[in-house]
Amino acid sequence: MNVRGITHSLKEGLTGIWRNRIMALASVASVTAALLILGVVMILVLNINNIGMTSKEQFREIVVDLRKDLSMDQMEEIGDNISELEGVETVNFQTNEQALTIMKMDWADEAYLLEGFSENPLPNSYTIVLTDIEHTEKVVSKLISIEGIDDIRYYKDIVEKLIKITITIRNVGVILMVVLVLISIFIIFNTIKLTVFARQTEISIMKYVGATNGFIRGPFIVEGIILGFVGSVISILAILYAYKIVYQKVLEDFYAFFTMYLVPYYVIVNDIVIIFFTIGIGVGIVGSVLSLKRFLRV
Amino acid sequence: MIRLVDVCKRYNHEVLALDSVSLHIKKGDFVFLVGSSGAGKSTLIKLLLKEEEPTSGRIFMNNREITRLAGRQVPFLRREMGVVFQDFRLLPKKTVFENVAFAMEMTGISAKQIRKQVPMILSMVALSNRANNYPNQLSGGEQQRVSIARAIVNNPTVLIADEPTGNLDPDTSWEIMKLLSFINKRGTTVIMATHNREIVDIMQKRVVVLEKGKIVSDEMRGVYKNER
Repeated sequence: MNVRGITHSLKEGLTGIWRNRIMALASVASVTAALLILGVVMILVLNINNIGMTSKEQFREIVVDLRKDLSMDQMEEIGDNISELEGVETVNFQTNEQALTIMKMDWADEAYLLEGFSENPLPNSYTIVLTDIEHTEKVVSKLISIEGIDDIRYYKDIVEKLIKITITIRNVGVILMVVLVLISIFIIFNTIKLTVFARQTEISIMKYVGATNGFIRGPFIVEGIILGFVGSVISILAILYAYKIVYQKVLEDFYAFFTMYLVPYYVIVNDIVIIFFTIGIGVGIVGSVLSLKRFLRV
Repeated sequence: MIRLVDVCKRYNHEVLALDSVSLHIKKGDFVFLVGSSGAGKSTLIKLLLKEEEPTSGRIFMNNREITRLAGRQVPFLRREMGVVFQDFRLLPKKTVFENVAFAMEMTGISAKQIRKQVPMILSMVALSNRANNYPNQLSGGEQQRVSIARAIVNNPTVLIADEPTGNLDPDTSWEIMKLLSFINKRGTTVIMATHNREIVDIMQKRVVVLEKGKIVSDEMRGVYKNER
């Protein structure tokens, strides 16, 4: 298509939108709604993933509490056994004395509460760091059979729950979005159909004088692209602005500690812009192509 | 230049709109297609314009078999033909100039070329002083002249007119016939479907009579025949 065709399409496309401004508004609103849902889901999933990734380091630990009646030799033997297991990176022994000191430090001002114990209530323990969180079950099943272990604590359940939640949010989000995208296509389809109806004579004349389908389609595709584009711009601005506010709120109210779990604002900007424009404009094009299909057959 | 070989057209597996029609139209011919409503005139025109496909048979135009033309070639075939309708089919929101220029814009011709060519065609159909009027400000005859201008602005080899005088009074009809005849003399083949007995009889051109989908008569200097 030449420059002439493009200017023609632009002019006629804008005229079409103006002629059916209410439907155009509905189209833009539906594209915006679909993309906003997508944006919320994307940000949720990205952040939950990020929490998972950030905390994976902490979660690849297994803490083993030892029975109190064990001798030093027995405890050492257990330690040796553990370090020989597959998937174990390091094993650290912590005496109950060390554990109590750490606890006192953690409790700080309330540490005096711990003074009341005549005997140290904490067990001696081993902290096992795994090479990967996936080895948790294998290692735990071996640990169970080792004599002298009182309690085994690990975090795989939490991580699995987290992953499950992510997947659920993602699935629900994707379904919602697909439904909304379909609704958007349908609304754009109907909007442009109104223009097509208004231009039926024009289209038939264009065909008789030998206009190519591309030339006839041009204005309607432009109309669809504009509707999708406006919807994308609105939703991009809304999502980015909202996320910026939330991000700053978290930063102020929960201190920087929490923000390490949040995906930084600048990281998502690019993805959101590209994905939103692609979907928004794509929806517009699909809607307009569909609405013209019947009229181009002759 | 236009040749139909054993062309049949059947709609919905029932009515046979055209029944083995064979026809040869030479370059520069002026052909009247006559016959009552439903005789197959419109179907024949639709087949030439490739608006419909024949059920069987072959159609050639300018030595090309158009029945075998790919869909995306159709617009280019139509640029070789001009079409005029009974109801003019002008765009009401465009001026006379724009209506004619519109047909040129489709072909990707430069704006400069359009500004040169359109006034020339308008003066040929004697509408130079109406260039900036809208269709609803024109008489029926003037509107039909605009549609003829639009049909010939791209210099087609064939002009197809489907009852071009159907909505016009006798005097205006003659005006249109003079114009079509002038266009024909410049070398454009003209195919005109009509009901107008007087015009057919006076013009003394080739007359093809269709009846129930068949060609029942084809005479070089023919007259309008009564259906028995």
